Amino acid sequence: MTNWQRFVETFFKPEMLRQYWPSIAHGVLVTVEIAAAVVVTGLLLGLLLASLRAYRWQAVNVLIVIFVDVFRALPPLVAILLIYFGLPGVGINLPSFVVLWLVLSLVLAAFAEEIFWAGITSTAKGQWEAARSTGLSFSQTLAFVVMPQAIRLGVPPLTNRTIAITKNTALGTVIGVGEILNQATAAQSFSGNATPLMMGAVAYVLLFVPVVVVGRWIETRFAWRRA
Amino acid sequence: MRLIPSAGGGCNSDAAGMAILVVSGLRKSFGSTEVLKGIDLSIAERELVFIIGPSGSGKSTLLRCLNRLEEPSRGSVTFDGVEVTARGTDLNALRRSMGMVFQSFNLYPHMTALGNVTLALRRVLRKPRREAEALGRNALAGVGLADKALSYPSELSGGQQQRVAIARALALDPKIVLFDEPTSALDPELVGSVLAVMRDLKRRGMTMLVVSHELRFAREAADRVVFIDEGRIVEEGSADTIFSAPRERRTKAFVAQLMR
Repeated sequence: MTNWQRFVETFFKPEMLRQYWPSIAHGVLVTVEIAAAVVVTGLLLGLLLASLRAYRWQAVNVLIVIFVDVFRALPPLVAILLIYFGLPGVGINLPSFVVLWLVLSLVLAAFAEEIFWAGITSTAKGQWEAARSTGLSFSQTLAFVVMPQAIRLGVPPLTNRTIAITKNTALGTVIGVGEILNQATAAQSFSGNATPLMMGAVAYVLLFVPVVVVGRWIETRFAWRRA
Repeated sequence: MRLIPSAGGGCNSDAAGMAILVVSGLRKSFGSTEVLKGIDLSIAERELVFIIGPSGSGKSTLLRCLNRLEEPSRGSVTFDGVEVTARGTDLNALRRSMGMVFQSFNLYPHMTALGNVTLALRRVLRKPRREAEALGRNALAGVGLADKALSYPSELSGGQQQRVAIARALALDPKIVLFDEPTSALDPELVGSVLAVMRDLKRRGMTMLVVSHELRFAREAADRVVFIDEGRIVEEGSADTIFSAPRERRTKAFVAQLMR
């Protein structure tokens, strides 16, 4: 057997491709579902927290800052293991995909809050004054004048962060969420062949390259004419 | 409310009606620095009052205390029979009838000119979209920008932006407009278009309080000029009196500098 044949046998074995593509495809579906849920929950929660913080209620702000700092500092894998293996001890059993969704959403929310908050604080003071001088309330000014600008400012860093967090769905494999990597490693251990892992890698690339491209498009589109 | 006599020497007394804005004993401190040291001022309906003074004299702070964008430390402001400085005053309701125009325009960059003008109509006055847009287009036409309704601020010149800002204030049908150095951020050739709008407003009987150093406009349109220095009103009177024959030494010095 030549080296080339050995390489093909290891990473692209035709029988393996045929046998395991359905389970990898299923993994892709699970990954997409969880990633979409994480993006929606994380961004909305981040937006909510940044908005709350704008009211500058001391106690609330302290809690928000603690939450944000903890979830930015903690490796997501540690949080996943802690919750998945810890909570049953106090009688709370969460399905593994719920744990994965929850942890990644909280991590994304923590980063998104910081990004939105930076946008709020960098919106010119004159914007607040102009809006308030026409009779808009604080909340209306936040919702209609400041937040739209803060969100635009936040789009480029948020795009990067969102891609980084959604790739972390691969961490679900350690608690048995049937996403791409989990399907691939299971198949690899049954077959003793690396082809399923290569299929997983290809699946990730096919899945995330379009996301990265769309992200770049969003970034240029929102990199924006400021008055 | 009380009638005020034609305030200051040599005013256009025909312009003065009932006092609509009365400021008394107004003080404002930032930390240990007292910026306003007791301002007494009364503005009549349809009057155009100019406020001049060196930078840091408290002119802008005075303006911003009137609608409580800045919280006054002491003293009172009464506007159209409502005590602005009272604890329970509905500030959002009050601010609808006190328009404000800023030195740096402060247009909302993510909205078109029409969006800027209609935001408060829709969200504060709760007008339906169609009615708000009709009023908004009307207000833009009033400042000569009917054709720029769908332009974004970044697509407009400084003078056009400031006129949109004026339209934004006027769309709410205010009883007074406060102008905070409306032409200071403009290139000289764009100042004229903004002053033309203000001149037109004056002609239509709008009550206006203007912080500005546009001497020629003051001479032509102001019913009264108030000179403020170090947080106090030093002297007030007609534009002619203040610019040509000021009594106070500080006024003389400041006016001489302006004329240079």
